[in-house]
Amino acid sequence: MGYLLHALMAANAVYRRLAALVERRPRLYRWFTAGERASKEALFGCRMCGQCELPATGYTCPMTCPKQLRNGPCGGVSADGRCEVHPGLRCVWLIAYERAEASGRGADLDLLHRPVDHRERGRSSWVNYWQGRDDGLWTAFTDTDPYPPLNGAGAQEKGLTPR
Amino acid sequence: MSPPDPGGELRAALDAGHFVVTAEIEPPGDADPDAVARKAELLRGWVDAANITDNQGARVRMSSLAASLLAMRAGVEPVMQLTCRDRNRLALQSDLLAAGALGIPNVLLLTGDHPKAGDHPDAKPVFDLDGVQLGWAARALRDEGTLMSGREIETRPGWMIGTVENPFAPPTELRARRLAKKVAAGAEFVQTQFVFDFDLFERWMGDLRDLGVTEKCAVLAGVGPIRSLRALEFMRTVPGVVIPDEVERRLRAVPSDRVTEEGIDLCVETIKRLTEVPGVAGVHVMAIGFERGVPDIVQRAGVGPGVRGESGKGGRT
Repeated sequence: MGYLLHALMAANAVYRRLAALVERRPRLYRWFTAGERASKEALFGCRMCGQCELPATGYTCPMTCPKQLRNGPCGGVSADGRCEVHPGLRCVWLIAYERAEASGRGADLDLLHRPVDHRERGRSSWVNYWQGRDDGLWTAFTDTDPYPPLNGAGAQEKGLTPR
Repeated sequence: MSPPDPGGELRAALDAGHFVVTAEIEPPGDADPDAVARKAELLRGWVDAANITDNQGARVRMSSLAASLLAMRAGVEPVMQLTCRDRNRLALQSDLLAAGALGIPNVLLLTGDHPKAGDHPDAKPVFDLDGVQLGWAARALRDEGTLMSGREIETRPGWMIGTVENPFAPPTELRARRLAKKVAAGAEFVQTQFVFDFDLFERWMGDLRDLGVTEKCAVLAGVGPIRSLRALEFMRTVPGVVIPDEVERRLRAVPSDRVTEEGIDLCVETIKRLTEVPGVAGVHVMAIGFERGVPDIVQRAGVGPGVRGESGKGGRT
């Protein structure tokens, strides 16, 4: 379902203009962000990090992991799939793996995810995404580029709308 | 100005194609200046390097940076562990710079256990970065000479970058790919969780070879003696440790006064078996509180610097 929603919301010129409009009006931005929070909290347990990774994690929010791991499961997952910190819960990365594989998106789990920018906490990830600020959140490594850079894919360098 | 050349013995042994041995030294839980040296004394000459753990199990210990320095003074090459649990990205990078300046030859970068299981469950977990991102930041620091901020540094550190992986934790099909990711981020060697389940381990090694990971990253398989049935019970409760039934049956089959010996025998056999697995570059011996037993184990298994000189046994070439 997440992938379907994403197709509806994929960045285009209309959304980009909408995002720019929303961002210019603080009150509208607050309402818009509240709407995003309510819907994504209900659907995914969203923590409003402002830099949404759901499209690359089988629509399982990595910020709900007690260690907030953005690059896959830790080594403490028990043999039956329980979280080592909260044994009552199933490992969120195990769920992510199963969902991504089931949707034919298993390769997403090979992506390298860059560190979170904590300034974005509580801000709208939809606006950030439509404005192109999310472009560097993750990157692939390939045979031709086996060691992608940690810095460098930031939106500012691409000349996209600064905030 | 260049930093002190770390001239690591571990790197040299790996480059020479030797089957390497690392062990662990847990720093003291107090300010005892001699505790690290006492443990180092037991290991010196028998291991290529020893991990200096970083508040292992989320319990307060002397810092791994200081204890690494004490280990170097005592003649044992340290692998300084550094976790994301207690430090944000500023503190992590400053400790990495410090390790470079002090000539610490190896760092092992991990996410770390959650404080909830430790002696300060009321602490704030940091996890500003995860273990993969920390390895990535370390490589940028050393190879590109840049901090995470993008600022360039003049004198670069020279340590080798290590990581950990658990081939036995679900989803096991993903674990080789997960290590491939860490290698793309910067890891040059990996130490694994205890190997008791050989089938699963060999499958993981096969995946690594298929992905080409073993060519870029030295795999040190985790081993350790189970010295009592109580220890066996405890190990079964440690998240991520998988002990197959045959191991349990074997330890329960011997008289109670023979369990220690049997556990050590099993460890020696495991190491010998690991030397035969293509792509395994060494072992990481975790003998918590039993450092004195490590020389006997590695000698009987015929691996490590202690036997290399004498007979050439244990070398892969």
